[in-house]
Amino acid sequence: MQRIINDPNRVVDDMLKGFVQAHADLVAPTDNPRVLRYVKAPVAGKVGIVTGGGSGHKPAFIGYIGRNMCDAVAVGEIFTSPAAQAFYDAFKAANGGAGVACLYGNYAGDNMNVKLARRMAEADGITVKTVVANDDVPSAPKEEREKRRGVAGEVLMWKVGGAKAALGGTLDEVIAAAQKAIDNTRSIGVGLTPCTIPAVGKPNFTIEAGKMEMGIGHHGEPGIQVMDLRPADEIAQMMLDIILPDLPFNSGDEVVVLISGLGATPVMELYILYNKVAQILAAQGIRIYRPYVGNYFTSLEMMGATVTVMKLDDELKPLIDLEAECMGLRQFGRG
Amino acid sequence: MDAVSVDRGKALLERLAQIIHANAAYLSELDGAVGDGDHGINMDKGFGKALERTAEGATLAVALRTLGNTLLTEIGGAMGPLYGSFFLEMAAACDNRAEVDTATFRAMLEAALAVVQDLGSAKVGDKTLLDTLVPAIEAYRAAHEAGASFAECLAQMRSAAERGKESTRDLVAKIGRASRLGERSRGHLDAGATSCFLILSTFAEFFSQHLQAS
Repeated sequence: MQRIINDPNRVVDDMLKGFVQAHADLVAPTDNPRVLRYVKAPVAGKVGIVTGGGSGHKPAFIGYIGRNMCDAVAVGEIFTSPAAQAFYDAFKAANGGAGVACLYGNYAGDNMNVKLARRMAEADGITVKTVVANDDVPSAPKEEREKRRGVAGEVLMWKVGGAKAALGGTLDEVIAAAQKAIDNTRSIGVGLTPCTIPAVGKPNFTIEAGKMEMGIGHHGEPGIQVMDLRPADEIAQMMLDIILPDLPFNSGDEVVVLISGLGATPVMELYILYNKVAQILAAQGIRIYRPYVGNYFTSLEMMGATVTVMKLDDELKPLIDLEAECMGLRQFGRG
Repeated sequence: MDAVSVDRGKALLERLAQIIHANAAYLSELDGAVGDGDHGINMDKGFGKALERTAEGATLAVALRTLGNTLLTEIGGAMGPLYGSFFLEMAAACDNRAEVDTATFRAMLEAALAVVQDLGSAKVGDKTLLDTLVPAIEAYRAAHEAGASFAECLAQMRSAAERGKESTRDLVAKIGRASRLGERSRGHLDAGATSCFLILSTFAEFFSQHLQAS
């Protein structure tokens, strides 16, 4: 294992110490060492935006704390849901009196911990409503969409929910916008190498040299097919062939495309992938309104990428366009 | 009637923490076959922390409550809330008792099962810890109702827990991260069902060793 760490059991704590110092203009620590908040949170009268999840996905999740984005984030161990106490403390850190929107991904641990944390918050008189991201198409068939995992589409859900809250939306309006964002979003991942949790010390799944795993999950959950590694253009075609018919996306649609590396793939290669994605969408009459290409939601040092497509409408466009400032995303007004 | 004094909380927790620690790599390996491979590490961390926080002479209720609170508030994952609530309910069911007898332990098991069922949505056959827990409790209950001794009830529970754990090898996961594997989860023991067996068998072994006439 070739890693820049101290104690493999303390990587999350050590990382958090560095993060709060490096981004002191955006994030502040709280009494709970596993909860960070936006420096200006809670904002009185604004709906608080909370998310949380296991570590190892930088910039997710704490990288999306910031202006017009998330107000507080619960931090878990690597690839492990934060404890209920962390979600509860994050709700308190984000609550400005207008309620809290907890926008998180569909994993068994997160579902249970959020459920317990909501009960704790309700006992305190804090209203918490949730949107559970399930944009990962290969993780379950369409008729069982409620079983699908949340992956990189969560970034767009936070962008939309964060913007709606910043613009003064009520809790119900924020929840409705974030729900629409994720309902309109489809993602797929491809993995080229496995990844290693430092405390485990070795990969807990394998991808043979020269192979790729289509549909792989953010924690190495097996995908739908292991096949020979193909050129980028063919990979792009395969990925879009799976996600475009699922919504379906049609000619005339305007979309956001988000391509994220999984940690170890050079950003250069993400642009090679984007080039073909853009070409395929153009050929199908689908207009890319705004692209995001970079490492937005990673899986430790896995090689590979995710492709996410979100269908826009008149409500979502201005929310996607609103300025945002956080470690994972700096966006200025559409000029 | 036979029973176990409740003043052995720390010793029980030591035994549980030892078993989990000794099996941490194995549990992570089972989890890694179908999930993300963190089950053993996180359980070990939680049990170890709880043991550090438990004073000598702690009662069973105090030790189990410390364990439950530690798992619930600090460990996270799916197992933190499930086992955290499991041990908290067990603690509540033996609070203020001078000893744990056959009926008290049955109440502890039933309370633990109820909260696990409330929190998750799994059923027997879904390849989760319920595949161990449900038959284990049924066997204990049946033995209790047939008038068996505490030691016999514990032995029945342990055997059923082991069979339940083994049954997950041929099951297809329906809940949790492993469920995304579908058919490919078949052939692997479920990590949660395995840790549940380790916990129940430790209770059985510990209580059997410390039985006293009351």
